[in-house]
Amino acid sequence: MKKGKTGSMELFWLTYKNRPGSLIVRILVLISAIITVGVLFSLIIYILINGVANIEPRLFAWEFNTDNMSMMPAIISTVYITFLSLLMAVPVGIFSAIYLVEYAKRGSRLVKLIRTTTETLQGIPSIVYGLFGYILFVITLGWSYSLLAGAVTLAIMILPLIIRTTEEALISVPDSYREGSFGLGAGKLRTVFKIILPCAVPGILAGVILAIGRIVGESAALIFTAGTVAQVPGSLFDSARTLSVHMYALLSEGLYTDEAYATAVVLLVLVILINGLSGMIAKKLATR
Amino acid sequence: MRNYSENIMKVVFLVAACVSIIAVILICVFLFASGVPAIKEIGVSDFLLGDSWKPGQELYGIFPMIIGSIYVTAGAIIVGVPIGLLCAVFMARYCPKGLYRIMKPAVDLLAGIPSIVYGFFGLMVIVPLVQNSLGGSGKCLLTASVLLGIMILPTIISVAESNIRAVPEQYYEGALALGATKERSVFRVILPAAKMGILAGIILGIGRAIGETMAVVMVCGNQAIMPESVISGVRTLTANIVLEMGYASGLHREALIATAVVLFVFILIINISFMALKRRAD
Repeated sequence: MKKGKTGSMELFWLTYKNRPGSLIVRILVLISAIITVGVLFSLIIYILINGVANIEPRLFAWEFNTDNMSMMPAIISTVYITFLSLLMAVPVGIFSAIYLVEYAKRGSRLVKLIRTTTETLQGIPSIVYGLFGYILFVITLGWSYSLLAGAVTLAIMILPLIIRTTEEALISVPDSYREGSFGLGAGKLRTVFKIILPCAVPGILAGVILAIGRIVGESAALIFTAGTVAQVPGSLFDSARTLSVHMYALLSEGLYTDEAYATAVVLLVLVILINGLSGMIAKKLATR
Repeated sequence: MRNYSENIMKVVFLVAACVSIIAVILICVFLFASGVPAIKEIGVSDFLLGDSWKPGQELYGIFPMIIGSIYVTAGAIIVGVPIGLLCAVFMARYCPKGLYRIMKPAVDLLAGIPSIVYGFFGLMVIVPLVQNSLGGSGKCLLTASVLLGIMILPTIISVAESNIRAVPEQYYEGALALGATKERSVFRVILPAAKMGILAGIILGIGRAIGETMAVVMVCGNQAIMPESVISGVRTLTANIVLEMGYASGLHREALIATAVVLFVFILIINISFMALKRRAD
């Protein structure tokens, strides 16, 4: 059947001639999609246009002071907190997923409890995490505002994400791999570490990268745990502000809009890179 | 020897799996233990239903903030759900493959943008827009609702899309065969079949909206009073905490933690209904 341009227009007309409701709905659907993508692009373009001009070398100076709101200490603190949180959350998350997928009896009461609590953790807002971290780590354990308090709080926050993505990755490894390994005489532990985990690495990695995105973008959970001191932290018990917190501090002081624009650009570029990377790995997985 | 390490590692895996249980218990215990005494001291009804929050005069009524959170969340739902749902329909049913390769990452990116950047965007773009068209300061219920509506879009879209895709293709084909238009088939047959899952997605969106802090605090005006119209300023529970926690002490600080307890209870209720709905949807 040949369908030229006029042909499809005629078909369109025939379909919707007596059905104005359907036509309106179709238009609304299209408008919604345009709004969604439009909002994203206008946000990105707006921040880039206003921000790129404000990015100056002095904003990357090592030292932060009132004359120069350098974001370098914040960048370094972000790297520290990301690394520390992952150091805690990734092993626990992966082990937890291994237990759920490879060891636990499906549908047992413990598994149900673990699932319920992970889903609960996922739904808790970051400000509640922040206050919890403040009460437990900063006050009760006496760590004061510190890198460590912030990192542990964030580790708990990203744990459900790591567990879920690792679980999905482990489930997607075909059972024949496990049977093959057992058939060759390997034990369960060996099978998990030598056969299943290596196959699941890309999936786990995609999850970890998403978690990095969460950490980089987080601010509410960090203000009352890691604090807002702009310095390169010398130890685990020094206060530090990440890039997002830095941006909040700039905005709440109200005098540093230009610097806030520049920080927003850096954050946005980071998030776009992180999302792109995670998406690429996920796509590779899908085509495999 | 091998059995030995097998067993040790099994216990290690089990302990790791229990970390999330321990975390939830710790969060509950420490939040409630620090917040509940303050509620008792202030008085349950004075705290929850008191309509003035004046820490200087020892008045700790969070009713305006509860109302603020509910209004802002309702506004976000009004803005976000129709757009999100229709966009999900587009992605699942209309989107050509080539365009989907742009749409999908775009929605994912929308979810990944830090809330502080959303707040900044709201402050710089939406606030002046509202200010110029409706008057007032621009930092108001409407602005916060629009911004939050945008922020919950990716949640609603991704949950709704996967639930729409999960409806068997025969439903759609059957409706088409009976002479329904594509729109009628999608909206009268597929969407009702995916209803439970979509509702679960909306509840997830409500949870996101009510818990959002940094973006809201930038654009909602933060007046701790009952809002009179969509262009009057509001303060949400989350904003109340983040605004005053930095300098609060004594009962004031405990009252803020108690605010978090109230928020936490809201979230728990939302979570439980989400899980129940999801179970029914599956």
